[in-house]
Amino acid sequence: MAETSNASASEAQAPDAAAPLLDVRDLAVHFPIKRGVLLDRTVGHVYAVDGVSLQVRRGETYGLVGESGCGKSTLGRAILRLVDPTAGTVEFDGVDVAQLAGERLRTMRRRFQMVFQDPMSSLDPRQSVESLLREGIQAHGLSRGAEGDGARLRELVDSVGLPVAALRRYPHEFSGGQRQRIGIARALSVEPDLIVADEPVSALDVSVQAQVLNLLGRLQAELGLTYLVIAHDLAVVRHVSDRVGVMYLGGLVEEAPSQALYATRSTRTRRRCCRPSRCRTLIWRTAGSGSCSPATCRPRRHRRRGAVSTPAARGGSRRAATPNVPSCGWCRAHPTATGWPATGPRRSAAARCSHTGWSRRWRPMTCSGPALCPSTPVR
Amino acid sequence: MTTAQRTDDTRGGGPTAEPLLSVRDLRVAFQRKGEPETVAVDGVSFDVAPGQVVGLVGESGCGKSVTSMAIMRLLPERGVRVSGSVMMDGTDLLTLSDTQMRERRGRDMSMVFQDPLTSLNPVIPVGLQVTEVLRRHRGMNSDAARKAAVELLDRVGIPDPRRRLDSYPHQMSGGMRQRALIAIALACSPRLLIADEPTTALDVTIQAQILELLRELVRETGAALVMITHDLGVVAGLCETVNVLYAGRIVERAQRHRLFGTPRHPYTHGLLRSIPRMDSPQGEELPAIRGSVVDNVPWDHACAFAPRCPRSLDVCVEVTPAGETSGGRLLRCHNPVPASAE
Repeated sequence: MAETSNASASEAQAPDAAAPLLDVRDLAVHFPIKRGVLLDRTVGHVYAVDGVSLQVRRGETYGLVGESGCGKSTLGRAILRLVDPTAGTVEFDGVDVAQLAGERLRTMRRRFQMVFQDPMSSLDPRQSVESLLREGIQAHGLSRGAEGDGARLRELVDSVGLPVAALRRYPHEFSGGQRQRIGIARALSVEPDLIVADEPVSALDVSVQAQVLNLLGRLQAELGLTYLVIAHDLAVVRHVSDRVGVMYLGGLVEEAPSQALYATRSTRTRRRCCRPSRCRTLIWRTAGSGSCSPATCRPRRHRRRGAVSTPAARGGSRRAATPNVPSCGWCRAHPTATGWPATGPRRSAAARCSHTGWSRRWRPMTCSGPALCPSTPVR
Repeated sequence: MTTAQRTDDTRGGGPTAEPLLSVRDLRVAFQRKGEPETVAVDGVSFDVAPGQVVGLVGESGCGKSVTSMAIMRLLPERGVRVSGSVMMDGTDLLTLSDTQMRERRGRDMSMVFQDPLTSLNPVIPVGLQVTEVLRRHRGMNSDAARKAAVELLDRVGIPDPRRRLDSYPHQMSGGMRQRALIAIALACSPRLLIADEPTTALDVTIQAQILELLRELVRETGAALVMITHDLGVVAGLCETVNVLYAGRIVERAQRHRLFGTPRHPYTHGLLRSIPRMDSPQGEELPAIRGSVVDNVPWDHACAFAPRCPRSLDVCVEVTPAGETSGGRLLRCHNPVPASAE
C-alpha cells in the first residue's frame, strides 16, 4: 500500500498525514423522475448513489468498480460537485465540499480535477491544446506571465508524453490515446491534489490502454497525486489501485485492499488466465460474496439472469420504508451488511427477498448478493 | 508451459471441412480526389468452415470492420475499390449484382453490429424490425412472422418477448438491444454470421451473456461465426482460430491455444503483455507497445509494424515480410519472438 504522505502542492494547510484527503460520509444523490406535460410532478426518484461512505488517503489510489448504472460515475461527480449531492458530506482536506458555494467552491475546484472517459467529447473541439490548458491556469490565477506560462505549458505536454508542437494543434488532430493525454494534462494544469478518473482507459485500444495507465502511475509517483479511479474493468482497477470499493445499485457493497479483494480468487484466476474476459466476469459474480465454490460459478449459469436492476425501479417500493433500512427481512436483520457473510443464508436471503413481491430483477440494495451470487438458482 | 502440438490443424494446410466462406486476397482501397489512395485492407485471406468460430483481432484502424463490410458488400460504391474474391457456395460475392446480394443478406449471411442503438431504427418498434426480415425473406404473413419473432426473442433471452415486440429501441437496455439485433440476424437461420464488436458497448456481465448466447447458437445451428473484435478476452473465450490484423494485413494466424500460449509475432506478443492481468504483479509498469497506429509505414517495402516493434531489424524497413505458414500458424515477420519466450 503506497501511503506516501506527500506534501500536497497546495498552499500550506498543514496536511495531517494521517487524516484522509477525502472523507465521504453517507453521500446520497437522488434524481427526481418527473412526469406531466404542464406541471411537472415528481413521481419517484432514481437513487443513483445512496448512503456511500469512503475515505481516500493522501497519495493513494482508490478504485471504484461496478457495472454501468450502479452509480459509480455519479458518485465521482458528486464528490467533485459536478452534480449536487442530496445528502451527506464530502470532506476534502477538512472542508465540506458539499456545503460550499460560489467563489469558495470555485477556488476549491482547483484542488480536485477530473479526467473523463471520452476525451473527444470532453475537449472543446474549437480550442487548441494551448488554449485548453491555459484556460484553467488563468481562471485560477496561476498565471506567471507570458514566459512563465509558456514554460509551464511545455512542461505539461512534456509530462504527459506529447511533443511541444501539440500545443498548436486541435483535439481532432490527435488519436484517442493522445487525446486522453491532453485530458490528463488539462487536469494537471491547475496542480490538483485529487484526480477523479472516470473510466480513463475504457475508450482506448488495448495497446494504448497500457500507455495511459503507465502515465497515470508515473505522474502519481512524481507529483504525489491522489487518484479515485472509476472503472468497470476489474483487472485495470486491480492494477492501479491500493484499495478497491465495489458498488452495486448505488451502494458500496464491499471495500478492501485490492490485494485482499482479489486474493481469494487467485487460484481460479490463474487457471482461467487464458480467458481474461470470462475470469473478469467470474470475479464480478463473486465480488460481493467472498465465498463460493468454483463449481457453482460457471458463467454458463448466468445466462438470462438479466441486466443490472435500475436504481429507479427498485426505488419506489423500497423507499416507502425508512431510508437505508430495506424492508426485506434478512436485510432488516443485517442493516449494515456490506457484501455477504462468510457463512450465512445466501440462498434463503434470496428467497426472503422475493416474498416481498418484487420481481427478481429489482432487488433492494443489500440484497444485491443474490442477484450476483452464483448460488441463486436460475429461473 | 507446454506447447502441446495439436493435430487438428485444418487452417494452414488442406482444410478437412469444405469452407463455407473463403476470402482470398481481399483488398479495399479508399480513394479521395487529389490524395493517394488509402489501403484499409491489403490482401486478407482466410477460410471459415461451417460451425467454426474465427476471430479477427486488431486495434482500431487496422481494417477489421472494413473487411467485414466488404464481405457483406456494405461499402459504398463510390470512392472504394474492392478486389480479390469472397467465395461462398461457389459464387464470388463480389461479382453479384445488388439485387442478388440483397437476396442473400439476412438469409444466408447476416451481421451483428457493434452499437445496437445506432443500427436499430429508433422510430420503429423492435418487433417490426424483426418481422421485417422474416416477411422479406421467408414470405411469412404478419401473424406468422409475429409468432416467429416471439420465439426468436425468447431464444435470445429477452424476457417477456410478446410485450417487447412493441417496445422501441430506446425503451430497452443495451444488452437487450444487442439481443434484439442478434435475433434479427438469426431470423432466417443464416449459415454465416459476422459479429462486428458485438460486446464492445456492453458491460462485462452482459458481455459474458451475449458471448455465451453466440457460442450456444453456433453450437445449435452449426452456423459459421466470424468474430471481429479488439478485445483479446472475447477472442480467447470464443474463437477456435484467431487472425491478428495489423494495418490491413494478417500478421499472425493460429489456433487459439497456440496463439495465446506462444504468441510469435511481436505485435501479438506486445498486445498480450500489455493487458493488466489478474495474476500479474500489481502496480508495476505495464509493458506497453510504444507509439500508435498512426506511426504505421505502408507495407510496400517494409513491415508496417516496424516503427513500433521492439524487435525490428534493418531488414524490417527494407523488405516486406512474406506470410509464412508452418505447423498451422501463419506468421508475417522477419524476426519473430522465439517460441520458447513466453
